[in-house]
Amino acid sequence: MSDVEFHAVARTGEIDEDEAMQVLIGRREIALYRLGGEYFATDDICSHAYASLADGYLEDGQIECPLHGARFDIRTGKALTAPASVDLATYQVKVEGDTIYVGVPKAT
Amino acid sequence: MSGPRTIAIIGAGQAGGWAAKTLRDEGFAGHIALLGDEAHPPYERPPLSKAALLGAWPVEKCYLWPAESWREWDVDLRLRCHALRILRDRRLVEVEDGEPVAYDRLLIATGTRPRPLTAPGAELDGVLYLRYIPDMLAIRAHMDAGGRALVVGGGWIGLEVAAALRTLGHAVTVVEAADRLCGRAVTPAISDWLLALHRARGVDVRLGCSLNRFEGAQRLERAVLDDGSTIDVSLAVIGIGIVPNVEIAAEAGLAVDNGIVVDELCRTSDPDIFAAGDVTNHPSPLLGRRLRLESWENAQNQAIAAAKSMLDRGSPYAEVPWFWSDQYDANLQIAGIPLDWDAEVTRGDPAAGPFITFYLKGGRMEGAVAVDQGRELRFARRLIRMGRDVSPAALADPAVKLQALLKG
Repeated sequence: MSDVEFHAVARTGEIDEDEAMQVLIGRREIALYRLGGEYFATDDICSHAYASLADGYLEDGQIECPLHGARFDIRTGKALTAPASVDLATYQVKVEGDTIYVGVPKAT
Repeated sequence: MSGPRTIAIIGAGQAGGWAAKTLRDEGFAGHIALLGDEAHPPYERPPLSKAALLGAWPVEKCYLWPAESWREWDVDLRLRCHALRILRDRRLVEVEDGEPVAYDRLLIATGTRPRPLTAPGAELDGVLYLRYIPDMLAIRAHMDAGGRALVVGGGWIGLEVAAALRTLGHAVTVVEAADRLCGRAVTPAISDWLLALHRARGVDVRLGCSLNRFEGAQRLERAVLDDGSTIDVSLAVIGIGIVPNVEIAAEAGLAVDNGIVVDELCRTSDPDIFAAGDVTNHPSPLLGRRLRLESWENAQNQAIAAAKSMLDRGSPYAEVPWFWSDQYDANLQIAGIPLDWDAEVTRGDPAAGPFITFYLKGGRMEGAVAVDQGRELRFARRLIRMGRDVSPAALADPAVKLQALLKG
């Protein structure tokens, strides 16, 4: 039995290729990315300082924080460059029809 | 056996800290001595004129990493350790109150110190600078007295301090000797924007105005300006620039010229001595000249580059300069060095909200200044680095995504 529950967060037409968008599930801020026609999701708040990665620069599968330039791999959440050293949490994404769903841990 | 076994780093600020961490990240297992003359482990300075000064951040949040990290990483961090001189022939750093520190390779990351104000009364209690954590705490302690505060110097430090003091409810006067704010770093249009930003919030900005002297019985009570006017203040913050701490390098016979001279691999004139951060005069392949950068990003990235060079696996350090300043709720960022340009294009409305101005020379982007447009500035930074021709018409057209210009 899965301990992840999926929430509808956006429609497929809302994000362009190589773009990121912040979505909220409850109070959890998540960055949703579109890359190569697929969707990925990570924590939206940079692990280094308080900035929205969805406002950052997305290229080659990496998101660059707009505040100090830390880069993360959007597929794995891995912190790739200084000044970040803590990886981002990643979330499962699924698309049904034209709706995008992001899976977050079930609230206990 | 190849490679160094012992590395010493003089200066435990942001550059020294990043160099030590990078050495460990790169797998260096030898001894690292990180010598700092401050009482705090490596920390970053930008919050001292922003969140920490506003009282929103505790001191520890300025630290690059938690204090216990250095022990965990087996870095011999020595605080309150004053390096006296480098004995190059013996590969020793002499320190005050301690045994000399031996090195196979040495990094000098001594940074800069505030330029002192030479005016009568500058030593009065209440006349403060802002460079070190104790400075920030002293300013906060003096803030409690309320009243008007004086800021001497309309550069980045002066303006950020003015913004923080104003945000906390103080009346603030800024005096700047030049005829515009941040004259060394920004274009006249951006100086105007900064002036409007502060005046709109009631800061009394006086351009072309210098401090003559401070007066007070036992502490600061008033400031006298060069036009004869006086301002009653019990707090004055001086921000008139920083000077590189080159003395230890100069005394050791290393090449010094507006900073410690290094090459693109951060090497000084001694093959086993490197330097990084505010203190270095380094070549910029992008700009085709040498420069000394006083930025958070250079302190971090040049230190990372220097550490790799010290392990013989460095590559030329060639970043596009990048800088930011937060004043009130505006975030201003600068990429490149827009000093010499022949075309200028702005997206957005400087009078009303977010905007970005691109500076072009010979068809290529030289620099960009952005207010509340961090993402656009990152694109601009790429365009600057790529050195590709950009069309002013495309830049001016808000329907053209900057991303597209990178790919086109």
